[in-house]
Amino acid sequence: MPGIIEADNLTKTYSGAAAVSHIRFCVKKGEIFGFLGPNGAGKTTTMRMIACVSPRTSGTLRVFGMDPDDNPAEIKQRIGVVPQESNLDPDFTCAGNLLTYARYFDLPAAEAKKRTDNLLAFVALTEKRDVSIDKLSGGMKRRLILARALINNPDLLILDEPTIGLDPQARHLIWERLRLLQVQGHTIVLTTHYLDEAARLCDRLAIMDNGTFLVEGKPADLVRDQIGSEIVEMDNTPDVIACLTEMGIPYETIGDQVQVATGASRELAKTLLDRCKTSRVSTRPATLEDVFLKLTGRNLRE
Amino acid sequence: MASVFSLPRVSRRAIKVWQRNLNVFWKTWKVNFFPPLIEALLYLAAFGLGIGMYVGAIDGVPYITYIAPAILAISVMNSAFFECTYGSYVRMYYQKSFDAIIATPLSIEDVIAGELLWGATRSVISVAIMLPVLVVFGVISLPFSLLAIPLAFLAGLTFASLAMCFTAITPSIDTLNYPSFLFITPMMLFSGTFFPLSVLPAIFQYIALAIFPLAHLVALMRMATLPSAGALLPLHLAWILVATVIFCVISINLMRRRLIV
Repeated sequence: MPGIIEADNLTKTYSGAAAVSHIRFCVKKGEIFGFLGPNGAGKTTTMRMIACVSPRTSGTLRVFGMDPDDNPAEIKQRIGVVPQESNLDPDFTCAGNLLTYARYFDLPAAEAKKRTDNLLAFVALTEKRDVSIDKLSGGMKRRLILARALINNPDLLILDEPTIGLDPQARHLIWERLRLLQVQGHTIVLTTHYLDEAARLCDRLAIMDNGTFLVEGKPADLVRDQIGSEIVEMDNTPDVIACLTEMGIPYETIGDQVQVATGASRELAKTLLDRCKTSRVSTRPATLEDVFLKLTGRNLRE
Repeated sequence: MASVFSLPRVSRRAIKVWQRNLNVFWKTWKVNFFPPLIEALLYLAAFGLGIGMYVGAIDGVPYITYIAPAILAISVMNSAFFECTYGSYVRMYYQKSFDAIIATPLSIEDVIAGELLWGATRSVISVAIMLPVLVVFGVISLPFSLLAIPLAFLAGLTFASLAMCFTAITPSIDTLNYPSFLFITPMMLFSGTFFPLSVLPAIFQYIALAIFPLAHLVALMRMATLPSAGALLPLHLAWILVATVIFCVISINLMRRRLIV
């Protein structure tokens, strides 16, 4: 079965500089696929190309088997987009935003009204129905944008940092809704900076940097392959470093911490407590964050 | 990159952008309804009662009757021009409405075409509000003055597309002040609006007719409201038609160049 999105050698350059360079991926029906990466990695550019609002420079891209250059309207009829920045229409109320948007998709008025009511309920904004946009909190706006993206009952949802700036309650609500949408058969691609969000939501994900894919796969596989199953952490003291070096154990120092990746944390922790002069040894499962920092480095971007 | 003169692909979906703007307009109709009404009354008072007392008649026409079509023409210009400069810029840059709309089946060409149609519609609305006032004051004649309505749409499109060209290239909303003051203001004064172009030196007459759409619109409006069709009618009409087509094409292409990267 062909994928919902198929990209090969996909490249986008802005006045000579490559924002996305020769990436290749395939998103299957019903999947949640994540794009992770530091700022400027090329995630949003990729989203914009899929959403048919930014033409690619070279390579091939197919969405629902169609080329965004040739059939943008047909593709866009079947996708819903949650942009990074709010672009709700401040001239309308919550319901007005959805109704106006419905018209862009050629929905008949009665159907638009029905969907508007359902979607406002879906994102828990029924009471804000007739409230203007500037009276909404950040979380409410984000939820309303999600509702707006669903007005055409899209086969593919494109979410650019769907939970940016939200409190934990609002994030959980969005996650829960996205899961529900996946169960209903929607395909979802998203970008995020929140690695716990990616690990929780994505069936597969790609970590990008400088416009290319560093790795791609299932979150759990990536963690296991790149890091191992667990991390042992100790205070960064000369004694600990000397001890680890002496035992020939590879380690990484991060600020006042020393980290050792391992598959057997309990045994290692015991050995280290016995042999090294350290007051504190803690163990934790390895996470996507460890993978991310290992691959993209710890330097600040931008 | 496509040339600014290539024919843009506009679909019927453009009408949905027009509808969106109309919906917003109706929500605040009280705010939008009165300015043209007040404007007509102010012009009539200032020029009719004030200056008209001294001027008397121009070309055998009472001064207030002479300037009545100019009031309509200026309103056509201002409505469309300011809608598609400041209005469109706010929707494009601050409200990000265009970004939101092109995520749907509409293309940027559809969006800009919808904005242009809306700018022209603003001109029609202004003229439709002013016409009854001018009729009541007895300064325009029926039924030929009703031609001002289709004329408002056509010329409205001229000014809307001209405005959209500036909007497409302006670095910020502040720099939109330049076309307003350096182009619109002189055009309002030197287009045969409040005095005949013929009193100017020949060279200025030619310049005005060459670069000011308003000069042609005022001439046509005057032919409709007096009424007195002249031999130059086809020329004025042709100038406006050609300019409208050219500016519509260029403005849509420039906007695409600005927004689709």
